[in-house]
Amino acid sequence: MTSHVLSTATRFLLPLLLLFSVFLLIRGHNEPGGGFVGGLVAASAFALYTIAYTVQDARKILRVRPRVIIATGLLAAAASGSLALAAGNPFMTGMWAPLEIPALGKVGTPLLFDIGVYLVVIGVVLTIVFSLAEE
Amino acid sequence: MQEAIITAFGLAILSPLIHRVSPRFSGWLLGILIACLSAFLFRFLAPVASGESIRSSASWIAGLGVTWSFRLDGLSLTFGLLITGIGALVVIYAGAYWAGHAHLGRLYILLTAFMGSMLGVVFADNVLTLFVFWELTSLTSFFLIGINHDQPKARSAALQALLVTGAGGLALLAGLILLGQMGGSYELSSLIEQRTQIISHAYYLPMLLLILAGAFTKSAQAPFHFWLPNAMEAPTPVSTYLHSATMVKAGVYLLARLGPTIGDTPEFRYGVTGVGAITFALGAALALGQTDLKRILAYSTVSILGALTMLIGMGTREAASAMIVLLVAHALYKAALFLVAGAVDHETGTRDIRSLGGLGRFMPVTAAAALIAAASNAGLPPLFGWLAKEGMYEAIGFGGWGAAALILAGVVANALLVAVAFLVGWKPFFSATLQTPRQPHEAPLGMWIGPVVLAMGGAALGVWPAWIQPLAAAGASAVHGQPVALKLALWHGFNLVLVASAVTLAGGVVSYLKRERLLAGFDQLRGLARWGPDRAYAAGLEGMYRVARWQTRCLQSGYLRFYLLTVIMTVVGLAGYALLRGAESLGYVNWTTIALYEWAPLTLIILGMAMAVTVGSRLAAVAALGVVGYNVALIFVLFSAPDLAMTQFAVETLTVILFVLVLYRLPRFTRFTGAAIRARDVVAATAFGVLITIILLTVTAQPLQSRLSGFFASESLPQGKGRNIVNVILVDFRALDTLGEITVLAIAAFGIRALMKLVSQPGESK
Repeated sequence: MTSHVLSTATRFLLPLLLLFSVFLLIRGHNEPGGGFVGGLVAASAFALYTIAYTVQDARKILRVRPRVIIATGLLAAAASGSLALAAGNPFMTGMWAPLEIPALGKVGTPLLFDIGVYLVVIGVVLTIVFSLAEE
Repeated sequence: MQEAIITAFGLAILSPLIHRVSPRFSGWLLGILIACLSAFLFRFLAPVASGESIRSSASWIAGLGVTWSFRLDGLSLTFGLLITGIGALVVIYAGAYWAGHAHLGRLYILLTAFMGSMLGVVFADNVLTLFVFWELTSLTSFFLIGINHDQPKARSAALQALLVTGAGGLALLAGLILLGQMGGSYELSSLIEQRTQIISHAYYLPMLLLILAGAFTKSAQAPFHFWLPNAMEAPTPVSTYLHSATMVKAGVYLLARLGPTIGDTPEFRYGVTGVGAITFALGAALALGQTDLKRILAYSTVSILGALTMLIGMGTREAASAMIVLLVAHALYKAALFLVAGAVDHETGTRDIRSLGGLGRFMPVTAAAALIAAASNAGLPPLFGWLAKEGMYEAIGFGGWGAAALILAGVVANALLVAVAFLVGWKPFFSATLQTPRQPHEAPLGMWIGPVVLAMGGAALGVWPAWIQPLAAAGASAVHGQPVALKLALWHGFNLVLVASAVTLAGGVVSYLKRERLLAGFDQLRGLARWGPDRAYAAGLEGMYRVARWQTRCLQSGYLRFYLLTVIMTVVGLAGYALLRGAESLGYVNWTTIALYEWAPLTLIILGMAMAVTVGSRLAAVAALGVVGYNVALIFVLFSAPDLAMTQFAVETLTVILFVLVLYRLPRFTRFTGAAIRARDVVAATAFGVLITIILLTVTAQPLQSRLSGFFASESLPQGKGRNIVNVILVDFRALDTLGEITVLAIAAFGIRALMKLVSQPGESK
């Protein structure tokens, strides 16, 4: 059963929700938000797409497989901690770039870590949603 | 030295790439690279022979006394050269033996990784570093024995080797820690100076027993010898490398290495010499009774490992020299014979000694190598094995009852080994021709070069023992703990040693010719095998499985509701008990301060709950739970926790979606439970609710005095560079926790994926 209202609305909602999720991710360090909730919002966007269309369509629009997103996220999180090791500090010591980038604010390893969390959450939720929704 | 170890592990990483680039010549390429490693170690020969020991050290886990320290002396260098030299030949051999095999790349990785671990064992100066590499050899050995993992026998042999050596490894770790505590250092080079303190320590005996347990299991000493013949399930290159030339000698190495520190006490002397002598004789006797070429060789390896252990136990200068000579001689001829056995298997299709004969005509080169290696095994002059056997008799000596018993054991065991040498080096090639499953022909170059080089090495060292003399002297000095002047020569004059050698040889020839009669005698003892250690192992393993199955049956019902019930009732019981004992005062609720708009979510939560438990449709229940969740989020908003609220909203939305997706797969809603069970669930739920309420009331009765919130509030911006405290905690202050959590999430996702796959493909699952 497909609903034209839902599928049309989803086409417009998907980019908006994704944009919102990135906004949440980036502002998270200073305002309410962060990688976890950002990831949930992004995952919900694709979950919505799965309901409005099919799993195959959702997979196609995602382009990469969810487990690749999980792996990338874990790698990013681990890398953000390991950068400190390379600099001779204990694992997970936060390191910040000296300059401030206009839209992003301060850039440092915690931001990379948050991006890792964001990706893992998206990957995990979508792995579960896709597995459940597949016949 | 550490360069050699790191290079070996680097080769392990590179080997599949090498194999991919050139699958036909990968064995040769890798073998040549390993030979370069051997050549690199050769550079240390001159300084080591002059009595120097080369040491390098770097900090690793300073707090635990673990340093990344290595030392090279005569003993380590002897082992290092054997490991890399035989390693190179074995890898070349493996390339031909498994040519075109799908798992050849995997075999290369494991063989080279094993080589690196083994080099680590023999070069390590820190006992804990040594232990790490020791365990790595057990692990790589597990994978190598089980490399044909589709065969149940290979899997059980791998498991057996891992369990036996792993259990020994645990004992060893305890022993090494005790040793370190007693000697005040974990460095072998400093422990040796604390010798008097260590051997007079109250815990000397427990420490010794633990270390011996580790060494004996690894080196297959009786009664732990049974795993080694079973490990012959591995492909021949693996058996050659691990189970004759190197890994099984790790235990011998450890004993030889620690001998000067903890040896030369009555406990050490009697224990080690005794077990060694028993293994020596037992292994030789069992070898003769086998019919599988590889099992014959395996038992004769057990026998020689016993001889080496026996010599270490004696602790004399002569014994140390004899041990080093026997070590090298055995590595050369046994590796050659194993490779020959593999070639015979490869070319004829059988390893059964009863159906092998007259192969000399078809495989002349292999036969020649086998003959020379077997002659060294039998201890015939002018081969290196002759020097080893002479040295052994000389070391035992001829004075006193103890020596007489050992000489007797030695002559009997050696005579049996002579017969074994005939069996593997003579019978398959030079007796009457027998029909084999495949028409035999000469093995390819890659498969005969190894045996030929090793056999020629054994012959060359026998004729010119001066070549090895400096290294052997340095090795013997390390084993003995004091400088040993070693003089190797083929001819020692007419003396008792020569008589013993002659008796050995005669006995060996007789036992080979009268093999059938001898075995018939053994057969009567066969009944004893029922009580052998192999059976004890099987019974122990079965017992463990039985206990596991029993406790699984007791604890694991497989029903989610019982797990939930167990968890909830345990929490209620334990926390309730603690609360009752603590008898904290309860806070109270000031109902008047609750604003009107705060009543709304509260009422909705209660209504939602009531609906969720009473409604007769799953979808409606999920929707009701959604109401509860959203109102909880609303409460977060009211109490100014926007982060929590946002996450709660997102989670609630997704939960509803997930629930609906699951419900879709479920059968129609029916009630299975009777009134009694539902009453039980009501009790559990009520108890849990009451408990949480009491805990909340107790908590609110205490003044809020956490210093954490103050710390995070003040340090978030200066240290974490962020104003959102919750987020700074998550990604900076407690980032390690978050890393753990997202890892768990990822694992859970894969678990769910696997479960769903199992459900959707019921035909392929169990």
